[in-house]
Amino acid sequence: MSSNARAGRPSRLTRNLSAKIASVPMMLTAVVIFLGGTLWTVIYSFTSSKLLPRLKFVGLDQYERLWSAPRWLVSIENLAIYGIFSLIFSMVIGFVLAALMDQKIRFENTFRTIFLYPFALSFIVTGLVWQWLLNPEHGIQSVVRAMGWAGFEFDPLYNSSIVIYGILIAALWQGTGLVMCLMLAGLRGIDEDIWKASRVDGIPMWKTYLFVVIPMMRPVFVTTLVIIASGIVRVYDLVVAQTSGGPGIASEVPAKYVYDYMFQAQNLGQGFAASTMMLITVAIIIVPWAYLEFGGGRKRV
Amino acid sequence: MSDRGHLKKTAHLAEVPASWEAGPRGARPRRLLSTRTIVVYGTLFVAAAYYLLPLYVMIVTSLKGMPEIRLGNIFAPPLEITFEPWVKAWSSACTGLNCDGLSRGFWNSVMITVPSTIISIAIASINGYALSNWRFKGADIFFTILIVGAFIPYQVMLYPIVIVLREIGLYGSLSGLVIVHTIFGMPILTLLFRNYFAGLPEELFKAARVDGAGFWGIYFKIMVPMSLPIFVVAMILQVTGIWNDFLFGVVFTRPEYYPMTVQLNNIVNSVQGVKEYNVNMAATILTGAVPLLVYFVSGRLFVRGIAAGAVKG
Repeated sequence: MSSNARAGRPSRLTRNLSAKIASVPMMLTAVVIFLGGTLWTVIYSFTSSKLLPRLKFVGLDQYERLWSAPRWLVSIENLAIYGIFSLIFSMVIGFVLAALMDQKIRFENTFRTIFLYPFALSFIVTGLVWQWLLNPEHGIQSVVRAMGWAGFEFDPLYNSSIVIYGILIAALWQGTGLVMCLMLAGLRGIDEDIWKASRVDGIPMWKTYLFVVIPMMRPVFVTTLVIIASGIVRVYDLVVAQTSGGPGIASEVPAKYVYDYMFQAQNLGQGFAASTMMLITVAIIIVPWAYLEFGGGRKRV
Repeated sequence: MSDRGHLKKTAHLAEVPASWEAGPRGARPRRLLSTRTIVVYGTLFVAAAYYLLPLYVMIVTSLKGMPEIRLGNIFAPPLEITFEPWVKAWSSACTGLNCDGLSRGFWNSVMITVPSTIISIAIASINGYALSNWRFKGADIFFTILIVGAFIPYQVMLYPIVIVLREIGLYGSLSGLVIVHTIFGMPILTLLFRNYFAGLPEELFKAARVDGAGFWGIYFKIMVPMSLPIFVVAMILQVTGIWNDFLFGVVFTRPEYYPMTVQLNNIVNSVQGVKEYNVNMAATILTGAVPLLVYFVSGRLFVRGIAAGAVKG
């Protein structure tokens, strides 16, 4: 580890007592909540717990029930659609905005403030604003119709086949500013000489971006990807505020399934199994990244 | 070594705002009104309009009367400005349980946010200090679990925490929620403080040690006074994060302690009664006002905070 850390390390156990006492909350959190809590949930997902957690093991019953529940399947499908589109769109929009901001423009701060402010708002606020904007009777649809295009249809929140895209619009509004900021930081980290060299060689700007700059920004893209992806799995508040999972079950997501089964339907086993599936989803995203980033025998300096 | 890498990454992202002055790249625009300039600014203005539109609609809707909303279009400015929806949203909108508006939620949120912010920052800064300057055997294991834990979906840990809080008799109370916010703020804040403290010159620490200062003495007399910017960043991060929380509020408190976000959702999505869109939008703005205020006042520090938070994910 770092040298200043070694400097402060006392030789005897007792001399470091204050540090250990001061770290008790951290140890408790790490061991009891993060480690213990996770194990507890995983173990109880194999039980038949209903109203109260009981250690009566039933093997994979809860998972079988979960994967045959239409609501869970809809949730997973929604999460997949929402996840893929929000990854693609937020990356593309975020990068394009960052590239535009990087053109020696005026009012850069003003633009950044505008693009980023939705990120300061809660998902509840975001969801409710977009619920209003997408309201078919008063919102965008009615305005366009009033302008003369009577057949115009845009009511994603009331149409079960496209409702998830209505949520996607709100999510992109809230989150692309952050991606833009991260991308802009990455772009500013590119050496000026790269640009000079490509200009000398007469390479068009878009080609430089596509074949030189973007490959150089790989770490930024990976970090952004992990950030967006772990946020996607958690999506909950936005759906609650915007549609409450409706119409019907058309916009349900896994996090909501967990909450509803744990705290409303009194069916703990299902909630545990569903949350364990969420954990596995995150692990699938995080483990390869962590391996590439920190492990694999390659030491980062 | 990986820790160093992490530190560098955080530092790099944290420097974002400062380095922006240094250098936009790309070709220099030749004329004032070349096609390129028009395309660049055109796109940026369209994007800015898209981002600003919801805020604008929120504000105009909240200032209209209901008849005007029913007849007019949502983008039109109000013909007759009324502040009644704001008054109603604050003091008498109904949630289905009670009819005292958002004010109750606002004060609950204040009572949740203030202690949660102070306690979580106090604990995390001491953790970070212990981790960077007073490392003991096994400290890294706990820290690794903490950081990995930051990626675990909250849903996985909700029920175990409910059990723990119920055991110690705090389930449903405000203090219980403060504990939960402290727990879930810990990974990112500890990382933030640990990296910041590790970046301070170690001679200071050594000199204080030689002079006989102990763990707490060095923390209060040297580390805290030298790290005020990072405390401000942590505060911004926590105030906005805790204020905007919905899930923990709804899981860990009783209805009378619901924070503002939960109260807002209950008002707007309550099924009974006629929908009053102007009141709903006024309530929405009121709930968003605190984090927005923090955002506009803090400016670059906010960017620093979310960049640091973003590293964790």
